Amino acid sequence: MMTQKLATAAILALAATAGTASAERAKFEYWYGLTGDLGAVVAETCNRFNAAQDQYEAVCVGQDGYEKAVQNTIAAFRAGKHPTLLQAFDAGTADLMLSGEFYPVTKLMADTGVTIDWADYFPGIANYYSSSKGEFFSMPWNSSTPVYYWNKDLFAKAGITEAPLTWEGLEAALVKVKESGAACGLAYAPSSWIDLEQFSMVHNIPVASNNNGYDGLDTELLFNTTLHVQHMENMQRWINEGTATLRTPAAGKSSRDSFVEGECAVFFSSIADHNTIHKLTPAFAWDVQMIPTYEGVERHNTVVGGASLWVLSGKTEDEYKAAAAYLAFLATKPEQQFLLENSGYIPVTKSTYEALLAEGFYAKEPYINRDIAMKSLTYTEPGPLTRGIRLGGMIQIRAEWTAEVEAALAGQKPMKEALDTAAARGNEILARFAQTYAGKSFP
Amino acid sequence: MRRAHFKFSWIVPLLLAPQLLVIFTFFYWPSAQALYWAFTLEQPWGGGNTWVGLQNFRKVLSDPYYWGSVRVSVIYALATTVLAMGMALTLALFVDRQLAGYRAWRVGIIWPYAVAAPAVGLAFNFVFNPGAGIFSVINTLSPGWWDLSKYPWQAVTAIVIAGAWKQVAYSFIFFLAALQSIPRSLTEAAAMDGARPLRRMIDLQLPLLTPTFFFLLVINITDSFTDSFGIVDTLTGGGPFRATDLMVYKIYSDGFRGFDYSGAAAQSIILMCLVMALTFIQFRYVERRVHYT
Repeated sequence: MMTQKLATAAILALAATAGTASAERAKFEYWYGLTGDLGAVVAETCNRFNAAQDQYEAVCVGQDGYEKAVQNTIAAFRAGKHPTLLQAFDAGTADLMLSGEFYPVTKLMADTGVTIDWADYFPGIANYYSSSKGEFFSMPWNSSTPVYYWNKDLFAKAGITEAPLTWEGLEAALVKVKESGAACGLAYAPSSWIDLEQFSMVHNIPVASNNNGYDGLDTELLFNTTLHVQHMENMQRWINEGTATLRTPAAGKSSRDSFVEGECAVFFSSIADHNTIHKLTPAFAWDVQMIPTYEGVERHNTVVGGASLWVLSGKTEDEYKAAAAYLAFLATKPEQQFLLENSGYIPVTKSTYEALLAEGFYAKEPYINRDIAMKSLTYTEPGPLTRGIRLGGMIQIRAEWTAEVEAALAGQKPMKEALDTAAARGNEILARFAQTYAGKSFP
Repeated sequence: MRRAHFKFSWIVPLLLAPQLLVIFTFFYWPSAQALYWAFTLEQPWGGGNTWVGLQNFRKVLSDPYYWGSVRVSVIYALATTVLAMGMALTLALFVDRQLAGYRAWRVGIIWPYAVAAPAVGLAFNFVFNPGAGIFSVINTLSPGWWDLSKYPWQAVTAIVIAGAWKQVAYSFIFFLAALQSIPRSLTEAAAMDGARPLRRMIDLQLPLLTPTFFFLLVINITDSFTDSFGIVDTLTGGGPFRATDLMVYKIYSDGFRGFDYSGAAAQSIILMCLVMALTFIQFRYVERRVHYT
């Protein structure tokens, strides 16, 4: 009996050493949110990484959407079974920042001896993902910014060849487009990311106090007191006058489909859609333009959207080394280019962008004018109101905004009242968040 | 009368243990956790929590939109239950009459129960979509009349129909089983007395069905409060402007999407109490009218 046990133990021990000998690559787990074609691109970056070297191995697991990726990671984290690396979208990371359960990538790279030229990142991207001291929390990767897409054929029919850069200009153009016989001007779908957040950035107006939440948790929303109110009232007027039509999936057709089918002349979306629309091969000429500003307002930069890669706490040194190697791999020019060629995302470092420009990357289809997004993102140096938004409960605040704006657009209440309600309810969420993290502040 | 006496045996707790363990792990433990969270503000990434007493409940109960959510949940539960049980009973009565091809129908009607709620929601998306669904035909006759993004009553109707469709199968199985357990001698005797099928249904079959009817009422109402998530998520997403934000969907969107674990825990406790209260009322007042013999 005893000898049998000893023999088993010996065999197990042998197997264990043999196991480590054959699997000497340090593994780390990476959970990502992108799905479909873009999810396949993420998986491919892992394959490329695993094929490019033999020290580390990335184990990449799709989580079916940004929201689920964060939700699943929280659940796993609480059980101590979380991944080393998480692809998280901006709105879902305020809790993570305050929990401190992450390993800032600047520190990770310094600790593991990997050199990254942090100054090479575009300020509009760097500011968004770093602390007040300039330390990067997370690694920028799939980055985008909003633009509007316009149907050149429909505009030409109305005698317009240039995409306007002001809301007044866009309205005049759309009126002409409608007069020239187009069925639909702007395919409008309310989006807090574009209509509220990026709109406020580009006009240099606050979304919330405390410099959009960066300077403290006792923040209050201010969007119901700014130019944003007039803008939303204008959108409602456009819909009433027929310049715009509400196009959401719930109303039967998304704004993108309305545009791609040639029905609507304009729609707003992320630059990431540039690649998708190309693949859908619309039967007309089209282009993109920076999101408009109102006349008499000086244009500022937009900020980055998309997601970044977070390194979580509580993992082993080997896993951190492997994750650092993967992140450094993604930051290289060939890997950034691989992402750009297979998606609509934009480069995150100046050197890569300049190299691509020099190679004529943006002069050939399907990439022509995709760098309008870069122009928008780097239009000015980010200031206190244009470096981003740092609010707790951002997902809920966005949901409140959307529900109220939809109610106003359906004629249930005046737009101003809707935005007042959204701000008041959002303030309750912020107060709750501050109470949950009493005594803490964003690092 | 002699009483049976059993000696205490370790076999009894041993046999009960697996079942008790399952109930404890999947019901009592999470419920206790939710109850605790409902009185605290819980940090999602597990950095601790603060005791806030009844604040979460006060916040939820003073929110007019929450009461809107309770209202629409009750409407949804009652409407789907009435619709599902009505349809199930009608179908079961016809299948029981053994009309032509009833075997095939019986299998066909049971199938929907095997379909997952999100799939039901997606399928009904093709029916109700204002732009491309079957209902879009209405919009070609009268443009803009059917619009789920604009008219709350239409969105509520859509989820009620989808929810009822999913529940028909379950009720159908029970109704059919109950009908088939009615002794044939009873129906034959009634037939010999000259009662026609409709009369036999009203005077004989329906009264004998009341225990099944009561059981299905309780199950259907409970189910429509707690199992509506998939349909709402795929069909309306809680919209337009919260019109279909059922209690269970709101718990999901506040807790999992919004990371407000404590607010969602408080809502779960309220939902649990509501379902328990409704079940109690049914047993207290409806069961009196049920005859089990």
